[in-house]
Amino acid sequence: MIRLQNIHKSYITGTNKLHVLKGIDLHIKEGELVSIMGSSGSGKSTLLNILGLLDNHDEGVYELNNEEIKSMSETKAAKLRNNLLGFVFQSFNLISFKNAMENVALPLYYQKVSRKKRNNLAVEYLDKMGLKEWAHHMPNELSGGQKQRVAIARAMITQPKIILADEPTGALDSATSIEVMDLLREINQSGITVIIVTHENDIAHMTDRIINLKDGVIESIVENNKINNTESVKIPLQE
Amino acid sequence: MFDLDKWQEITAALKKNKLRTILTGLGVMFGILILVTLLGIGRGFQNNIQSSLGNFATNSTVFWVERTTKAYKGLPRNRFYQFTNDDLLALKKNIPELEHIAPDINGWSGGATHNTFRKEKKGNFRIKGTSPEMNMVNPVEVISGRFINENDLKEFRKVITIGPRVKELMFEEDEDPIGQYLKVNGIFFKIIGEIKPLSNNMGNRDDIIQLPYTTLQQLYNYGDKFYVFLATAKVGESVAELEDKIFEILARRHSIHPEDTQAIGHFNIAKIFNKIFGLFNSIGFLFWVIGFGVLITGVIGVSNIMHVVVKERTKELGIKRAIGAKPALVVGQIINESVFLTTFAGFWGLVLGVVIVELIGKATEGSPNPQILNPYVDINVAFIALGVLIFFGVLAGLLPAQRAIRIKPVDALRYE
Repeated sequence: MIRLQNIHKSYITGTNKLHVLKGIDLHIKEGELVSIMGSSGSGKSTLLNILGLLDNHDEGVYELNNEEIKSMSETKAAKLRNNLLGFVFQSFNLISFKNAMENVALPLYYQKVSRKKRNNLAVEYLDKMGLKEWAHHMPNELSGGQKQRVAIARAMITQPKIILADEPTGALDSATSIEVMDLLREINQSGITVIIVTHENDIAHMTDRIINLKDGVIESIVENNKINNTESVKIPLQE
Repeated sequence: MFDLDKWQEITAALKKNKLRTILTGLGVMFGILILVTLLGIGRGFQNNIQSSLGNFATNSTVFWVERTTKAYKGLPRNRFYQFTNDDLLALKKNIPELEHIAPDINGWSGGATHNTFRKEKKGNFRIKGTSPEMNMVNPVEVISGRFINENDLKEFRKVITIGPRVKELMFEEDEDPIGQYLKVNGIFFKIIGEIKPLSNNMGNRDDIIQLPYTTLQQLYNYGDKFYVFLATAKVGESVAELEDKIFEILARRHSIHPEDTQAIGHFNIAKIFNKIFGLFNSIGFLFWVIGFGVLITGVIGVSNIMHVVVKERTKELGIKRAIGAKPALVVGQIINESVFLTTFAGFWGLVLGVVIVELIGKATEGSPNPQILNPYVDINVAFIALGVLIFFGVLAGLLPAQRAIRIKPVDALRYE
C-alpha cells in the first residue's frame, strides 16, 4: 500500500536548512495498523504529512497505492487525498460553523455528491460512532471524545484505503483515548490501513507495528505480539 | 448559484464579524451611492440647460444692425442703416450653405399699460413678427390650430398665434381661441393657432403674440426694414464661414467698409452652445471620475477585509484542503464571498442612490427656476455600475484567494 525509499525532507527557514527526514525506507502493507513513534522533533509529523500528501518530499521514492507520488498539482493531490485518504487530527479540526452531520458530509461535497445523499450517509456514519442524536449539534457543543469520533466519521465517509491519524488521542483523557483507539482498531479490522502518529507508549502498543523514529531516521521497528500486546519483540534494523 | 453549502459558507464567513462586514459594505455602498447620485444630478443639470435651450437650432447665428465706424464710398462714419427684405433674398440666393434665415421683428408692447383687448379682458403681451422659417430656427410647439405660413406672409394676413399665457388671460378656460379675434395695438387679428415656445431664446416666452413679419412691417410702418435676423448653417457647414459670407454680402449691399466688422453685429450661437455642451460634458466626466474614485476606495476596503478574512480562516481552509477541497474551489469560494459582499452592498447603494435622485427630482419639480430638471439614473448606468461592482468584487477576492492557496496545506493546518 505504501512504499518509501530513501525519503529526505528539509525545511529552509531563512538561511538555516533543517534536515528533518534523513532517508526513510518503509513498507506498509494493506490492512496494517501501524504507529509511528518518536519524541518531538523526530520527524514523525513530517513523515505523516508526506504520507498524507499534505507536504512533498525532496528526495526518494514514494509509492502510494502502487502509484509513484512525484511533484503533482494541488488539484490532483486534493483529489487523491479525498479518494484515498482519511485524516484524524489531534485538535479534531472540525469546521466550527457546520454541525456534526455537515462536517462528516463535507468530503462528499468535494466529490459533488448531492446534499440529501451525503447528509443521509453522514448520519449513518455518525450512527456507527454512536452519535446519531448529536448529528445537528455544533462542534462547540460536543465533548473532546465526541469531536474526535465526528472527525473519524468524516475520515471514513469517503471509504478511504488509509486513515492517517496525527496524535488522535493527544487532546483526550485516557478513558476516551482507549475508546478512540478501539474505534480505530475496529476500522482497521474492516480492512483499512491505519497509520497513527503518537508519542504515547501505551497507544503505540495497541498497534501491530511500531516504527520508532529518531532524528529523522528509523531507529527500530517493533512487531507487537498480536496475541499479547504487553510483550513485544524488538527487531533490529538491518543495515 | 443556489448551492446551499456555498451560501452557508458565504454567510458564515461574513457573519463571523458582523460589524466589520457592515462597515466594509458601507464603503462600497457609499461608493456606488455617490456615483449614482452624482450622475443623476449631472443628468438633471443637463436636462435643465437643454430644456431652456429647447430645440433652438444649435448651428445658428444672429445678426443685428449697428452704426458704421468707417467712412466708405463717400458715406460718413457713424451712419445708421437697416436690413431689408431684399437682403434676405440676396443672402439666400448667394450662400448655398445657408439653411434658414428669418428676421426677428418686435412689435410694440404696451409698456406700463395694456396692448391687447378682448371684450372686457385686457393684457400686455410681447408682439413678434415671425415666419415659417423662424420656426425652424427657434421652434415652437403648435398646441392647436396652425403656425404662420408662407401665404400669411405673402398676403399680409392679419392673423396671429398666441402663447399659453395669452390664452389663459384673454380666454375662459373652456373657450377655444382658434378663429376668435384679439385687438392688438388697435387692430383686430384672427387667432389661427395656439403655440408654446420651446426655448426662451430671443425673448420667446409664454406671453407671446406672433404675426407674419410682413404684416407687422406693414401695420407698424416699418416698410421692408428690420434690425435683427437669425440664420442657420446647413448640417455639416461651419457657422463661422457662414457668418463671413453673410457679412460680405451685407457690407456690399449697404455700402459698408469691408473691414468695418463692427458695423454689423453678429453672434455665433453655435460657439456658445458648443461651450455649454463642452462644459456639461466635462462636469459629467468629472462626476464619473469622482464617483468612480469613491467606489474604488470602497472596493479596496473589501479587498483589504478579504485579506484579513482569508488570513483568519487559513486553518479552516487548510482543513478543507486536507479532506479534498481543490484549490479552484477554495479560490472560487473566496471570490464568491467578495462578489457577494460588493454586489449586495452595491445593490443597496444603487437603490438608495436612485431614491435620493428621485427625491431631488421631487424637491425641484415645482420650483419656477430649477437648477436641476428631471434628474434620473440611466438604467444603463445602473447596469454598468453593477457590472463594474461584480468585476471589482472578483478582483478584490482574487489577490487574497491567491494568497490562500499559495500556502501549503500542511502550513495552513498548523496555522493558529
